[in-house]
Amino acid sequence: MPSEMTRRRLLATVATGSVLAACERIAVRSGFLAGMGRWNGRVDRFLFGPERLARELPPSAATPATAFPSYFISDDMPFPPAGWTLKVGGLVARPTTFALDQLRRMTRTDMRVRHHCVEGWSAVASWHGVRLREIADAVGADPRAKYVEFRSFDSGYWSSWDRESALHQQTLLAYGMNGEDLMPDHGAPVRVYSAVKLGYKTVKYLTEVNFLAEPSGGYWEDQGYEWFGGV
Amino acid sequence: MEARNGDNRWKGKRPQPFLIRLAHWLNVPLLLILAGSGLQIFAAYPALGARGALYGWYPWQGTPPPAWMRFGGWLAGARHWHFALGWFLIGNGIIYLIYMGARGEWRRRMFLPGRDSRNAVFMMAYYLRLRRAAPPIDFYNGLQRLAYSSVILLALVEVLSGLAIYKPVQLWWLEVLFGGYDGARAVHLIGLGLLGLFTLVHLVMVALHPRAIIEMITGGKRA
Repeated sequence: MPSEMTRRRLLATVATGSVLAACERIAVRSGFLAGMGRWNGRVDRFLFGPERLARELPPSAATPATAFPSYFISDDMPFPPAGWTLKVGGLVARPTTFALDQLRRMTRTDMRVRHHCVEGWSAVASWHGVRLREIADAVGADPRAKYVEFRSFDSGYWSSWDRESALHQQTLLAYGMNGEDLMPDHGAPVRVYSAVKLGYKTVKYLTEVNFLAEPSGGYWEDQGYEWFGGV
Repeated sequence: MEARNGDNRWKGKRPQPFLIRLAHWLNVPLLLILAGSGLQIFAAYPALGARGALYGWYPWQGTPPPAWMRFGGWLAGARHWHFALGWFLIGNGIIYLIYMGARGEWRRRMFLPGRDSRNAVFMMAYYLRLRRAAPPIDFYNGLQRLAYSSVILLALVEVLSGLAIYKPVQLWWLEVLFGGYDGARAVHLIGLGLLGLFTLVHLVMVALHPRAIIEMITGGKRA
């Protein structure tokens, strides 16, 4: 979604002219909207049930693979650097670097759930990978780490989450989609995939997972999209 | 609106009490901004139905609503406006409904099928020039009551379908109620269309009966 949204936003800004463009920047930061945004963030958090599961869907519900959009913010599709590893650090007892094979050897979870994009479309695919909560246990994530940050090699795209959503049992570090290895257009080799967040929170092309005491914003979040971004 | 109910219930009361007027006029900016920001959100993905299997009945697949109808600048801005003002619409609606219930205002405003059906049909026949005389009217005619009651129901459908799209996982039972995520989006947009249609007819009718506008501003004379 990112590159598509950037394009749209640019087009919208050009089309509506500089006056409106100026207004919109004021609008996002104005007291009223900012205050209501904080209120909605609390509502979002209140509605989120850490134990509530998104419905798992049957194979017949799957979206045709060609109709499942893929987005990245880089100009060209990002490919993993040679010797790719996943660094897990921050407030953890044992900072660890995982190779893809190590992740594959951990307990695999499969799920077919609906993906909700902030743009309004939804699509269904099956995903497999390792639950982030398993990683958190493996590295000994500190209880003081109320937030989890995901970083990528897609031009520095990142997002930070509340700990409860990150450790939800339907939040995966996914290395597979629709039974196959994850392809570069969907974030290979490993991406975050979750049934409980909007698409822009699920960082692709993952390089780092950091357990933090404070949230660290995000690529779209810092431009005005909701930080919690739950569904 | 001249004739009042025979009973003493409305004695000393204005035809349009302050709270009803307040709720009515608050709806104007609220609904305008909610409609505009809603269409701006819709413009980010202006299609209905499942990806790869869009609905055949929706004629404007892929066509965003015209720019003059949209509000909020871009997707994130529109979402901020939409989710901020949605709460005010809900609050306004709740206060209005509680007031109507507590003061018995629903008796003269809401459509009660047993009382109003015949009158509504005759009124429609009168508008269609099938009847020469309008049926007797007390506070509102049957057709007015039907329209005003329907629009409250419509607003409720809009709020519920909106919440279903907002949190389809946490409020999964709402999503199910509207036939899934795509169904809820379709209901939400169709509801907007119907609200627009109501507003159009409403504006024509009050333009033909300007006294109704005055009463909705001043409250009118006490009975």
